[in-house]
Amino acid sequence: MLTSIVNWIDKRIPMTETFNKHVGQYPAPVNFNFWYFFGSLAMLVLVNQILTGIWLTMNYTPSGEEAFRSVEYIMRDVEYGWLLRYMHSTGASAFFVVVYLHMLRGMMYGSYQKPRELLWLFGMFIFLVLMAEGFLGYLLPWGNMSFWGAQVIISLFGAIPVIGDDLTLWIRGDYVISGATLNRFFALHVIALPLVLVILVFLHIVALHEVGSNNPEGIDIKKPKGSIPENEKAPFKFHKMFTDKYDIVDAVPFHPYYSVKDIMGVVGFLFFFCFVIFFAPEGGGYFLEKPNFEPANPMKTPEHIAPVWYFGPFYTILRVVPDKLLGAGAMFGAIIMLFLLPWFDRGTVKSIRYRSLAHKINLIQFCVCFVVLGALGTMAATPVANFIGTVASFGYFGFFIALWFYSKNEKTKPLPERISH
Amino acid sequence: MSSAPENNGRRRFLTLATAVVGGVGTVGVAVPFIKSWNPSEKAKAAGAPVEYDVSKMAPGQLVRVQWRGKPVYVVRRTKEVLAELENGHNDQLKDPTSTEPQQPEFAANPHRSLKPEYLVALGVCTHLGCAPTYRANDFNEIVEGVANGFYCPCHGSKFDMAGRVFQNVPAPTNLVIPPYMFTASGSLLIGVDKGDA
Repeated sequence: MLTSIVNWIDKRIPMTETFNKHVGQYPAPVNFNFWYFFGSLAMLVLVNQILTGIWLTMNYTPSGEEAFRSVEYIMRDVEYGWLLRYMHSTGASAFFVVVYLHMLRGMMYGSYQKPRELLWLFGMFIFLVLMAEGFLGYLLPWGNMSFWGAQVIISLFGAIPVIGDDLTLWIRGDYVISGATLNRFFALHVIALPLVLVILVFLHIVALHEVGSNNPEGIDIKKPKGSIPENEKAPFKFHKMFTDKYDIVDAVPFHPYYSVKDIMGVVGFLFFFCFVIFFAPEGGGYFLEKPNFEPANPMKTPEHIAPVWYFGPFYTILRVVPDKLLGAGAMFGAIIMLFLLPWFDRGTVKSIRYRSLAHKINLIQFCVCFVVLGALGTMAATPVANFIGTVASFGYFGFFIALWFYSKNEKTKPLPERISH
Repeated sequence: MSSAPENNGRRRFLTLATAVVGGVGTVGVAVPFIKSWNPSEKAKAAGAPVEYDVSKMAPGQLVRVQWRGKPVYVVRRTKEVLAELENGHNDQLKDPTSTEPQQPEFAANPHRSLKPEYLVALGVCTHLGCAPTYRANDFNEIVEGVANGFYCPCHGSKFDMAGRVFQNVPAPTNLVIPPYMFTASGSLLIGVDKGDA
């Protein structure tokens, strides 16, 4: 019975074929470690955000008069409204946690290098859309931090010469941030950007499955056709899309091997996720900031205005530059540098395991600078903080510049032919 | 199948013409979508002048008056503050003589106001639009030798009691002075000046 239903569908749409190509017979390297959890976890969080987001819109009212009140209504009067909202707000932070770790994984193991440049670019666009989602969504509760955070970020566009002021007016739809701004942010947050995000995630995965997964060794599991004796090939049936062109070694089918492993990752993730939702939903003021528990007040900026933690690194770079246009330029530049990473790295050895000491030190200093910048972004702008922030900003940009120079003739370790396992 | 001879020149022309017409149509359709983001008539109409009676203000006091949704800071400056503006920290300012067009002409003077006693300025930092904090008598911690001023909590921009920006801060220009005037009865009218009336 089931077989005949599947047959009926398969004659009309390539269901089994697609499943095999991307899941059941997709060759994944045998040596994935825990760093490879974060891709599937990001998908899980995306589903969480979409699902809880849809449910939140059922009770949220996007207007300047009603927004703040309707969020409190969700928190107090809607059954399990508090849980749905905390799942969504904690999910936003969790999204950035897993995406930052996912990006670090890519940097450590050279997953952005040829032939995965486009895969990396799709990922970066996902990151960009995510930041836009985080920013737009943050205005919706219409708290005082929502208001002033949006004020600062929209004003950034005012730094653009000539058109800046008209552009900010156009974005706001009013002379100040008002209900008009809130409504359009709502529309973008709940429908426009999620659509773009889902399409980008689809493209990200299509690009991944076209070039194949990298791994911690950075050694290709696809060998030239006919170069591997039959008894050394991976003893599994892989889809002919892969085996027609290559001999596959040291690989397992994604399902069931990594689908089951990823479930382990999900269990670990949910442990932390649920802990935050139930015991620290405000994340100590970092996930939901204190000034946001009072309604937007256009007359008064909160004493200490700070972005949500995940914007911290870029915000600090903006802040340490004592010039409006250059500051905004440096902030966007920091993101553009990440986009261009595949071209800054002129090396051919992918994994950090086989790269030079210089590269290891450089990547570590980059991570330290990133964390320091992030921490400073949530603190007040004191002269000391600005000084440290300036040093860390140089470290951030310096990573890419240094990489470009040493990667051309880097002293790397000899690469083995195969993944040892 | 038609047996007419191929005419590649004509094909290319037709393809190009179709693409151009389609492109023009796309741009045309984009116009309403883009224009609908502009401020609505309702938003434009909400810009009427506001009146505030300054005679009740205590020396040194700051009040926030809302005009077009923005905070306007009105400060009744004390004699000490005015003295501070006259002599002192000009060398620490970016634009001490108000050469940038951040104020109506009547306010392009050292105290940047109509009457020296009253400062009327938009409480909107020229960096990224936060509302600077009024620091009366304890501005010394921020700028040595200047007792009063405004400090922006967002990115640390500093302004003196005439809304003039200090050097080495992210804000590029002095605070904006809105058009304003005093009515015959002495109360402050923000949003129009004598030139408009």
